[in-house]
Amino acid sequence: MTAIVKHRLFWPAVVLVLLLVSNVFFAPRFFTITLQDGHLYGSLIDVLRSATPLALVALGMTMVIATGGIDLSVGSVMAISGAVACLFIGDLSDQGSVGGVLLAVGLALVLSLVAGIWNGVLVSVIGIQPIIATLILMVAGRGIAQLLTGGQIINVSSPPFRVIGAGYALAIPVSVIIVAVVVAAAVLLIRRSALGVLVEAVGASPTASRLAGIRSRGLTIMAYMFAAVCAGIAGLIFSSNVASADSNAAGNLIELDAILAVVIGGTALTGGRFSIAGSVLGAVLISALDITTYTIGVPAETTLLFKAVVVVILCLSQSAAFRAAVFRRRRTPAVTPAAEVPA
Amino acid sequence: MGDPPILQMTGIRKTFPGVVALDGVDFALRPGEVHALMGENGAGKSTLIKVLTGVYGIDAGDIRLNGTPVRFGGPLQAQQAGISTVYQEVNLCANLSVAENIFIGREPRRFGKIRWSEMRRRSAALLAGLDLHLDVAAPLSTYSLAIQQMVAIARAIDISAKVLILDEPTSSLDASEVERLFEVMRRLKRDGVAILFISHFLDQVYAVADRMTVLRNGTLIGEYATAELTQMQLVTKMIGKELTVLERLEEEPRTVTADAPREPIIETHELGRTGAIAPFDLTIRGGEIVGLAGLLGSGRTELARLLFGADRPDEGTIKIDGNPVALRTPRVAMNHGIAFSSENRRTEGVVGELSVRENIVLALQASRGWSRPIPRRKQDELVERYIKTLGIRPADPDVAVRNLSGGNQQKVLLARWLITEPRLLIVDEPTRGIDVGAKAEIQRLLVELADGGMAVLFVSAELEEVLRLSHKIEVLRERHLVEELDNTGGGVDADRVMQAIASGATP
Amino acid sequence: MTDVKAPPQPAVTVAAPHKRRRLDRRHIPVLATLALLALMYGLGVANYDNFSDTQVLLNVFVDNAFLLVVAAGMTFVILTGGIDLSVGAVVALTTVVAATLLNDGWPAALVLPLVLLIGTTLGLGMGLVIHYFKVEPFIATLAGMFLARGLSLLINRNSIPITDPFWTAMAQERIRFGPGIFISTSVVIALVVVLAGAFVLAYTRFGRTVYAIGGNADSALLMGLPVGRTRIAVYTISGFLSALGGVLLSFYMLSGYSLHAQGMELDAIAAVVIGGVILTGGSGYLFGTVLGVLVLGLIQTILTFQGTLSSWWTRIVVGILLFAFIVLQRLVTRRAR
Repeated sequence: MTAIVKHRLFWPAVVLVLLLVSNVFFAPRFFTITLQDGHLYGSLIDVLRSATPLALVALGMTMVIATGGIDLSVGSVMAISGAVACLFIGDLSDQGSVGGVLLAVGLALVLSLVAGIWNGVLVSVIGIQPIIATLILMVAGRGIAQLLTGGQIINVSSPPFRVIGAGYALAIPVSVIIVAVVVAAAVLLIRRSALGVLVEAVGASPTASRLAGIRSRGLTIMAYMFAAVCAGIAGLIFSSNVASADSNAAGNLIELDAILAVVIGGTALTGGRFSIAGSVLGAVLISALDITTYTIGVPAETTLLFKAVVVVILCLSQSAAFRAAVFRRRRTPAVTPAAEVPA
Repeated sequence: MGDPPILQMTGIRKTFPGVVALDGVDFALRPGEVHALMGENGAGKSTLIKVLTGVYGIDAGDIRLNGTPVRFGGPLQAQQAGISTVYQEVNLCANLSVAENIFIGREPRRFGKIRWSEMRRRSAALLAGLDLHLDVAAPLSTYSLAIQQMVAIARAIDISAKVLILDEPTSSLDASEVERLFEVMRRLKRDGVAILFISHFLDQVYAVADRMTVLRNGTLIGEYATAELTQMQLVTKMIGKELTVLERLEEEPRTVTADAPREPIIETHELGRTGAIAPFDLTIRGGEIVGLAGLLGSGRTELARLLFGADRPDEGTIKIDGNPVALRTPRVAMNHGIAFSSENRRTEGVVGELSVRENIVLALQASRGWSRPIPRRKQDELVERYIKTLGIRPADPDVAVRNLSGGNQQKVLLARWLITEPRLLIVDEPTRGIDVGAKAEIQRLLVELADGGMAVLFVSAELEEVLRLSHKIEVLRERHLVEELDNTGGGVDADRVMQAIASGATP
Repeated sequence: MTDVKAPPQPAVTVAAPHKRRRLDRRHIPVLATLALLALMYGLGVANYDNFSDTQVLLNVFVDNAFLLVVAAGMTFVILTGGIDLSVGAVVALTTVVAATLLNDGWPAALVLPLVLLIGTTLGLGMGLVIHYFKVEPFIATLAGMFLARGLSLLINRNSIPITDPFWTAMAQERIRFGPGIFISTSVVIALVVVLAGAFVLAYTRFGRTVYAIGGNADSALLMGLPVGRTRIAVYTISGFLSALGGVLLSFYMLSGYSLHAQGMELDAIAAVVIGGVILTGGSGYLFGTVLGVLVLGLIQTILTFQGTLSSWWTRIVVGILLFAFIVLQRLVTRRAR
């Protein structure tokens, strides 16, 4: 029992359950899942569906944060990826061609990969602080996406493309399946290979890692590449869902939510030990929060306030100084250091 | 020297959980003298300074400044009372100008507005008083470390000119810079400033100090006038010759025997790195333990790091099995079968956040690359074997290494390298700060490894340990490799090594 | 050696020529920005009719007065090595609170100090959390950003027009230097802020402590400087100046809207970086930030004159400039080592 309580995902999981349960008071059918036309419908499915882009971005962000870095450019990469795919599909003579859509998807992901390499090289080869290195692409990337789309919202009517974000397979939303597959593949790749432990070593102690013979440069670039590809897929899901590329709306402020999801999931911003499951849980939690405010009927804007509170509480609970302050006050009200000048 | 002491510490005792850092230490500092505080690593020098400046409280004892008992809450209070400290790493802001670094926090002002011209004028005058003629408006970073050091001293004496503590100020200075610093110190001495000087360089201490206090293992060995103590006597007092607890544990001191000569594994020729270690020639053969002896700061670690590619040499060549190689990174060195266990176990050795298992397989995994993970069964087998052979406690492969004691962390580190099956194992202070039992186990392990054909480069501040284990002892002094002593058949005794440390010829 | 009392005079003259010959490394980034600005202006004048009109240049100030104020606050924070992500949200909150209260009939004389106080308090709160609980500035100000943006959305999700006479007067007031040559009152306020900020940074103990913390916070502490107090103060200043920037923006827009100033934190950071302030702290000038804001403003102006180039080029050009200046900073700081 105490082992469960002490598990780092215990409290986020409790919050998630509480959030979901609280919905029932306002929407009695919240937990009801129905099957209509071979599709599952219900609020829980909505929670999962709306969590998909964020879960992907948070997954990539987890790896970057584990190396001790941060990636602010994920939102812009989402915008670029969606813009490229929609532009390509828009130019197809037959927007319904599956081959064409696959090509568009491939092109979008290759460009995302390039963005990731750019970030990784700036951080690990040129040695720029991650927050600043990725700021460049964060600013310029959205401009590039707008340049590609000519500042317009590009609408596409391509049934195959629509499947990615809005389709169903085996009664389950395709986007959820995609995320599940990517997460499973990532977990398999990272934990079955030695990537996970090497990245954790680099993030936790760069010096010790170097002296253990780990070449951190390649690992760091890979982490940024992975984050960018995840963001690219998220961008595809987003633009497929709305059947258009909106360079302003795609991934707007998602980097902040993703960082929040990672922190909720128990990965420290300083790097080292990471938890993919935790980040996915964090993403679902944030999505549940959005849905909850909607069902409860409070203005959606309060989610921002709630997020602020969550960030503050989480950070304070991670802050050693805060814990020490609380701890000291509770135990010994008056510990004054032996700091008297002349006796 | 008849002046009454400006600073008098008596019967100082300071304990940390499980360790007595200082036990009944007396120390007296008189105006107008340079007083050196001597001792090896762990002798208690820095603890004494920290106790004096109020970084630590004391458990027992008495500190008097000008005869008045004092107890400071921190370095700032000490500074206000007239005791300033200048550290090895310059604690100034290199981005600010020289003048600002001297005056920041107490700038001359008029109506709250800083008077820059006044500040520059005064700092130029102050520095000129130390025979330094600088552009005080230039950023401090444009000047060498030596100059920065002297700016720190200028700040310190301008704030309070009574007691000046110089904590290893010369570590990163070259000879002419050191001489310049000494000029400043002598000048201050004439002005009646009491200077407490800490340095690992014996020649420097003899060049500038009037008297010295020697500490060993937290106890006072004695206070001496520099002129009355030879370097040999000093080294003996610092290192000590009494039998360690460890030797009493071992029934019979091991005598190193010479086997049939083996092929050299690594040979260096004129290998060196500016500011770290002067060019040296060294040959290490298979089955041989080579000991590195020398005082702290003599270049022991720097030499070891060059052989592992942790730092890049500026000059010289390395041959492995007779073939010239460039050890550009640790990884390259590892591929040549070299392993290195750092003296900074926590920051450069183990990764505290990771488990025992992960730490043990880390180096092997790194050399295999991320795509070829060590199969779990193989990991379990390796980890279990080494937990057992080295007696790592707790014997749980999944516990985070930061929760282990120092000795067990060291064993994990050794296990990490042993599973890579190196041909040359470099161990830097593997027995420092660990308990006696673990120490004996690690020593025994090194001997077994060498008997099995591995070459071992053994770095330690403890002379007895080096003498007992090494076939060959390389003596370092002031960043030079000064002498090589053949220890096969136990031919070398401590006196001989200490003599080399104290007076070995530096080219 | 015995002549301790030797006059310092000759020494100083020995060092001086050395100083004159060398370009101060701290000035390189600012000079680069200045050169860039001159180049951009030159290109504008060469390519477009009427670009050389004085008013074109003055309009850059008029259109960016609020950014100038916000970026000035950001400069204080970045000089200590920190960052403030909350500025845009605080600007938005300020416009929303001001508009709401004014529409409810509150007098301008009360609303103005109140909104400034709110911003200052938010900044103070973030500073306290950063200093006392050792929370990363990035995270603490991110929370502040969520909080401020959330509060403004909570108050009103729609754009609120402002009809208060004082506000409209401030919006329409023009200080004229001649026919068709004018600035707004906001420009005057922004310039006063910049001058006051520059004075504080260069001539007060507080200002120098800001630089010292950015250079080496541990050393600053050992030298007895009030590190904690100063660090809290820079976030408070940034909060205050964000609120002031919000007031200027509400003069400019005559509305309060929770989506005002989206991404302004990025513009402010970009202006500071392009202005040559080193992001790790300790080096740079408020004057550089002014140049950085002008560069951003001039890019907009050129795009407007060009007509065929679209607004997203701003982002791309800003991104390229950021890259160039960050690499330049790397080179400058690396050589300094």
